[in-house]
Amino acid sequence: MAGNREFFNRRLHSLLGVIPIGIFLLQHLTVNHFATKGADSFNTAANFMGNLPFKIVLETVVIYLPILFHAIYGLYIAFTATSNISRFGYFRNWMYIIQRVTGVITLIFIAWHVWQTRVAAAFGSEVDFDMMAEILSSPFMFGFYLVGILSAIFHFANGLWSFLVSWGITVSPRSQKISTYFTMVVFVLLSIVGIRTLLAFI
Amino acid sequence: MAETKTVKFIITRQDTPDSAPYDEEFEVPYRPNMNVISALMEIRRNPVNSKGQKTTPVTWEMNCLEEVCGACSMVINGKPRQSCSALVDKLEQPVRLAPMKTFPVIRDLQVDRSRMFDALKKVKAWIPIDGTYDLGPGPRMPETKRQWAYELSKCMTCGVCLEACPNVNSKSNFIGPQPLSQVRLFNAHPTGAMNKAERLEAIMDDGGLANCGNSQNCVQSCPKGIPLTTSIAALNRETTFQAFRNFFGSDHV
Repeated sequence: MAGNREFFNRRLHSLLGVIPIGIFLLQHLTVNHFATKGADSFNTAANFMGNLPFKIVLETVVIYLPILFHAIYGLYIAFTATSNISRFGYFRNWMYIIQRVTGVITLIFIAWHVWQTRVAAAFGSEVDFDMMAEILSSPFMFGFYLVGILSAIFHFANGLWSFLVSWGITVSPRSQKISTYFTMVVFVLLSIVGIRTLLAFI
Repeated sequence: MAETKTVKFIITRQDTPDSAPYDEEFEVPYRPNMNVISALMEIRRNPVNSKGQKTTPVTWEMNCLEEVCGACSMVINGKPRQSCSALVDKLEQPVRLAPMKTFPVIRDLQVDRSRMFDALKKVKAWIPIDGTYDLGPGPRMPETKRQWAYELSKCMTCGVCLEACPNVNSKSNFIGPQPLSQVRLFNAHPTGAMNKAERLEAIMDDGGLANCGNSQNCVQSCPKGIPLTTSIAALNRETTFQAFRNFFGSDHV
């Protein structure tokens, strides 16, 4: 496998984006959605997640390492790309560039989000409804979270489309068109989940 | 003398491979049905720019003049295409001509396309039939498949898809869509399929297939309408299986 390290890395990058990172995103959005049912409901769900057995192993294997690889290799991919959207304003070229931009935004957002919640928790803060309500009471942070969450969801939904192409699952133009519609529906639905959750905190 | 209609050209010129590019304007007398090449020929005949100064003739490449050789590709009003089939009547004026900067510029509109020919060698885009004795006729190709393969065989190595690709650039070593689709063509041929794995492994190397970012500009830009992104996705599928075979081993022959 020495000769085709790039092939292996790109495929791994694509796979990790869906499994486990994409699965984790779905789970995270779902659990946070308990916030729409009130503070107690959210706290119960957050406590359940926060007290899972082997938490540090789960976090490391399912979240930290995959995201670290996906982020670092993703930056390499993003910065070896150029934008020629002004000359070629096709739909897929727009998606191509938005995928790279949202990837970078998502990375910045996740770094901040982990710092503000998980790292704070490691230093003794209580991660609960009040913590999020306090963070989101600032209009700037609310905007930052909104952009970050929508970027993450778009990056996941459109990444699902390219995952299907990169692994050779959708080959024909028609299958790729149908998966475009499908992944955009995923984007819209998950965005509703994310925005509803955000609004529940204010 | 009656006023003659002219066509204005703004041409990005470059004197040597290393010198800085600059724009020069030309006014060329209009003739009905003229194409970009006929205008360039007129400039070559009378190399005077729109300020009336004598200048060097503009350099460009051409060969077949009927959009099958790919040599005369250049960026015309922002889009890479063949200058032989670019009719002046259908172009917005002034007409802007520039070299395809993805390739090393030799002079003016002339670029060095050798990276594509090197890529064809790298992916083994041929069918090996030579031996020390007559191997006899190869397997037959179904007619439906032949018709399908014919579309892929229309590639003229013009370089438009590489120019349109945002991942083919100086920061990346991506070989581009053109040689990839040729792998699909030669792997589809009944005799070529005998060396299928060699070609797949060539495109699984660094700078190969995996570097495609799915912007799909190539398929939109290809003057021959080659289904480049379908080829790429199909190769993604085949290299998935090839990677598993390489890793786990396989008795699939």
